[in-house]
Amino acid sequence: MPILEDYILRIEKTCGEEISTIVTFKYGKKAEVIKKILENAKLNKSLAGLIYELSFQGKTFRLYSSGKAIFKGIKEKDTIKKILKDLIL
Amino acid sequence: MSLNPSKIRGDFPIFQRKINNNPLIYFDNAATTQKPIQVIDSIKNFYEKYNANVHRAVYSLSQEATELYEDSREKIAKFINAEPSEIIFTRGTTEAINLIAYSWGLDNLKQNDEILLTEMEHHSNLIPWEIISKRTEAITKYVKINENSTINLKDFENKLSTKTKIVSISHVSNVTGVINDIKNISKITHENNSLILIDGAQSVPHMKVDVKELDIDFLAFSAHKMLGPTGIGALYCKKKNFETMGPFQGGGEMIKNVNFNSKIQKPEIQWNSPPWKFEAGTPNIAGSIGFMEAVKYLDSIGIEKVSSYEKDLTKYALNRIKECKKTIVYGPLDTSIKCGIISFNVQGLSSHDVALFADTFGIMIRSGYHCAQPLHQVIKLQSSARASFYIYNTIEEIDRFVEVLKEIEQF
Repeated sequence: MPILEDYILRIEKTCGEEISTIVTFKYGKKAEVIKKILENAKLNKSLAGLIYELSFQGKTFRLYSSGKAIFKGIKEKDTIKKILKDLIL
Repeated sequence: MSLNPSKIRGDFPIFQRKINNNPLIYFDNAATTQKPIQVIDSIKNFYEKYNANVHRAVYSLSQEATELYEDSREKIAKFINAEPSEIIFTRGTTEAINLIAYSWGLDNLKQNDEILLTEMEHHSNLIPWEIISKRTEAITKYVKINENSTINLKDFENKLSTKTKIVSISHVSNVTGVINDIKNISKITHENNSLILIDGAQSVPHMKVDVKELDIDFLAFSAHKMLGPTGIGALYCKKKNFETMGPFQGGGEMIKNVNFNSKIQKPEIQWNSPPWKFEAGTPNIAGSIGFMEAVKYLDSIGIEKVSSYEKDLTKYALNRIKECKKTIVYGPLDTSIKCGIISFNVQGLSSHDVALFADTFGIMIRSGYHCAQPLHQVIKLQSSARASFYIYNTIEEIDRFVEVLKEIEQF
């Protein structure tokens, strides 16, 4: 049974006054994660298949084709992990 | 353009790789620079042929290692027009500033003495002084910056007083790229009988820095920002200032004699002469050799050519960025007072969004505070994106970067 840690390389708070957290997905799982997130989250807008603005469980976040996602206004890792669990697993 | 970037790029193995299926465009040179094969080989060569501890042994290998280590000191000293005995090897700029804050600061600062800094300082030229001011009850004061991010000289002169014991200031801002007029600031500082420390992390790699011409007391800089390895840097200390400085750390090498006095049941310690007095323990020998090789590499191009090439690149980039209607650049646009550092934001997007988007194209730019949170607060920014250039960057890379900026502006 897959667990979230199979997909995530790092979760880290960004540097700057704005509260944001960046999630980096494992390189080998990047394509699978992006596919699952795009299937499950609501797409608000996107640009050339490189950047997606998505909504899920009342939270808005941006997903990048490089395998990273940025969650604005959330700094608690557990909140982000819960969202990602529901999106990916 | 005064140098040949494509020839230079051939010396940097990292540019053979791709990031997110794109050729690597490395625009985070203010954070660290890439390493030419000459530097990489020099470190490998040391470990393969010369590895031994320095200064400690009579055998040949140690003497060869010592010679290389001291050659590095000589080469680095010459690069900034100092004497070899005025160069202390450190882990980098941060440790060099800490060395002065602790060695000079603890021995010379007392209650109500003043340390003069500026609003544009990197945390590494701010935190050590805040720590020392707490320990000594000296007071830190911050010189204001003008609207174009240059130092407010009037405020500098107003804040400089008989209580000011040291002025510690960056030569070039790591956020705006502003070049401070150190010669003038140093003159004013010395007329006030104060000492001056220059954070040269962003200047020594990019422009001619002559410690005698600038007439400064201390200069801190890092190898890794000038093609050398990480974990090694240097502190220039004007000879006469050594007399006022106690040791920084204790251990081997920094002592001449540790004679155990059986009467008092304590060792009597005699310090080594400077600069070794300030280099406790086994130093980063391989790092110093890599540092020397980096300096040789820059010397082979000529630091004036490096400077002029970067100015051309910056001018070109600033002009092209004007085409990006939602992009705001911070700091001066005049390259006569600015190095190859451009901090900016794209309206409606966070700096991290811009950096993550650029990353999908293989373009490495920085986002956040760049370790200069007070400056961001002064210019009322939550964070900024930053592109910074070096000798291997090209006009074509800037063109690509501007196209990517235009694209993200559409989001």
